Amino acid sequence: MSYGTTGNRFAIQTFSLSRKFGDLVAVDGIDLSIKEGELFSLLGPNGAGKTTAIKMLCCLLRPSSGTATVMGRDIHEDPMTVKQIIDVSPQETAIAEHLNAWENLRLIGGIRGLSKEEVKKRSEELLEMVGLAKRAKEQVRKFSGGMKRRLSIAMALVSDPQVLFLDEPTLGLDPQSRRGIWEHIAELKGKKTILLTTHYLEEADALADRIAIIDEGKIAALGTPQELKDSISDMQVMVVRAKNLPPDVIEGLKEIYPEVKATEDGIEIRAKELSFYEIVDYLRPRGVAIQSTSLKQPTLDDVFLHLTGKELRE
Amino acid sequence: MRFVELAIRNFKEMWRDPISMGLEIGIPAGFLVIFWALGRSMGDESFLTTTMLVPGIAVFGFAFLLMFSAMMLSRDREGALLSRLLTAPLKPRDFILSYSLPYIPMVILQIALCFGIGALLGLEMPGNAGLAFLVLLVMGICCVELGMILGLLFNVNQVSGVGSVIITLVALLGGIWIDLEVIGGVFYSIGNALPFAHAIGGVRDVMVHGAGFSDIALDFYWVLGYTLVFFVLGIFLFRRRMVE
Repeated sequence: MSYGTTGNRFAIQTFSLSRKFGDLVAVDGIDLSIKEGELFSLLGPNGAGKTTAIKMLCCLLRPSSGTATVMGRDIHEDPMTVKQIIDVSPQETAIAEHLNAWENLRLIGGIRGLSKEEVKKRSEELLEMVGLAKRAKEQVRKFSGGMKRRLSIAMALVSDPQVLFLDEPTLGLDPQSRRGIWEHIAELKGKKTILLTTHYLEEADALADRIAIIDEGKIAALGTPQELKDSISDMQVMVVRAKNLPPDVIEGLKEIYPEVKATEDGIEIRAKELSFYEIVDYLRPRGVAIQSTSLKQPTLDDVFLHLTGKELRE
Repeated sequence: MRFVELAIRNFKEMWRDPISMGLEIGIPAGFLVIFWALGRSMGDESFLTTTMLVPGIAVFGFAFLLMFSAMMLSRDREGALLSRLLTAPLKPRDFILSYSLPYIPMVILQIALCFGIGALLGLEMPGNAGLAFLVLLVMGICCVELGMILGLLFNVNQVSGVGSVIITLVALLGGIWIDLEVIGGVFYSIGNALPFAHAIGGVRDVMVHGAGFSDIALDFYWVLGYTLVFFVLGIFLFRRRMVE
C-alpha cells in the first residue's frame, strides 16, 4: 500500500472494488489511486456506477468484492475512522428543510464532533463563501435549487474534512448557478482531496486534475483532461451543418466512418483520416443541403464517444 | 454525545410541523373530553368514568405518537438527508436515540394533558400519581421505540396504513374502551401478552384502587421489557437496513 510514502501519498485507493445488485454489476473491479490534495473526477453517464463507487467509499454500501482505503484506512475494517476523515455532498439535495442554513451547518458540525465555537466560526466563513450569509436565518425550504446546493456543499465542508466527496454537485442547476458552484469548488483545489462525480464534460474539464472515464462500472480511461484529449489527437473531427439529414443517411455514412454523431443542426464525424470530398459526395446526392463544414479539436466528449461508443448526454 | 445535535434537529422538525403537533396534542385532549361527555350522556351506570378513561386515552395518544415517530424516520430514510448523516461517525444506537428522544417531551406533555383535563373533569386519584406517571412514561417510550421499528421497515405511505391498524389494535387489545376481562377469550390472551393492557391496567389499579409499586410490578416490568426489546430491535434493524 502506497499510503505513507512521503511526497506521493494516496488519499484514496481502490483495489478491484466491485459491487453487484443481483445480476447487475454496478461497479466492476475498479482500481484507482488518488493523490492527497488532488481533485479527481469520475466522469460517466447516469448508471455508470459513479454514485455506487462513492457510496462504498463513504461506507454506506458494502463492496461485493475488493476493497478501498481512505487515508490508509480500510473502508471495510475501519469504517468509523474513515467516517471521521471524510464528508460528502450527496447527489440529491440532502438538507433539513425545516431548519435554517445556520442550523443545518450546526447539525453537521455537531454530529461530526466540532465544538460550538468551531461550528460558529466555520459556519460564518462558509456561509460567506457560498453567498448565503444574509439568508442564514431563513428556513431552507424557501431556498432556490442553487442555494440549496450551495448550502449542501458548505455542509460537507463544515468539519474541514481531509477527503471530500462531491456527487454530481451541479446536477439539474442552470448554467449560472453551475458556474458559481464551480468557483467554490475551484477554491478548494489543492487544499483537500476531492473526488467529484459528474456527467458534465465541461465540469470535469474545468475542475479536475485527473479524470477517470467510467462506463458500465469499469474504468475506460484515466488521465489529465489534456492527456485524454491527446489520446485521440490523431483523430480528426469534422463538423457538418446541414438540412434534410434523415437517419438512414447517417446510418449509411456510418458504414464509411463508424463514429458519426448527430447534433442539433447536423453531424460530427470522427476518424483518423477524413476525406472532405468523400463525405460531400455521399451526402449531396441523397438530398442533404450542406450549409458549412469545419474541422475541430477533439473534446472529452469525443474521447468518451471513441472509448465507449456512447454519448454522455442521452 | 454527537447524537444530541441530531436529536435537537428532530425535535425542531417535529415542533415546526404545526399539523402533526396539533394532532399529537389535540387527539388525547379531544378524545378525553368527547368520551367524558359520552359517559355523562350514558348516565351514572356508564363505565366511561374519567378515572377509567384517563389511562386509556393517554395510551391511545401514544399510539398516534408511534405513527408520527415512524413517519419522521421513514421520511428521512427515503430522503437524502439520512444518507448524508450516515456518513458521520455515529452508531446505530445514536440514530435510534436521536429519533426517539425528541418524542419524550411530547409523551410527558400528553400525560400532563390527560391528568390536567382529567382533574377538571373530576379525576380521582387515591394512589400515587408519580407511579401512574412513571408507568405511562415507560409506555409512551415503548410506543416511540415501536415507531422506530415501523419507520425502518416501511415507507411513509405504508407507515400511514400500518400505523392506523396498530392504533386500532391498541384500542381493541389494550382495553382502552372495554375492559379486556369483559371481552375474554383469545382477545384477552393476546391483549395480555402485549404491553398496552398492562400499562392501562396498572395505572387504573393505581388510580382506582390506590395500588402501590409492588402491586403493579409485573405490569410495570412487562411494559419496560417490551420497551427494551423494541429499543434493541430498532438498533439491530437500523444496522441491517441502513448499510446495504
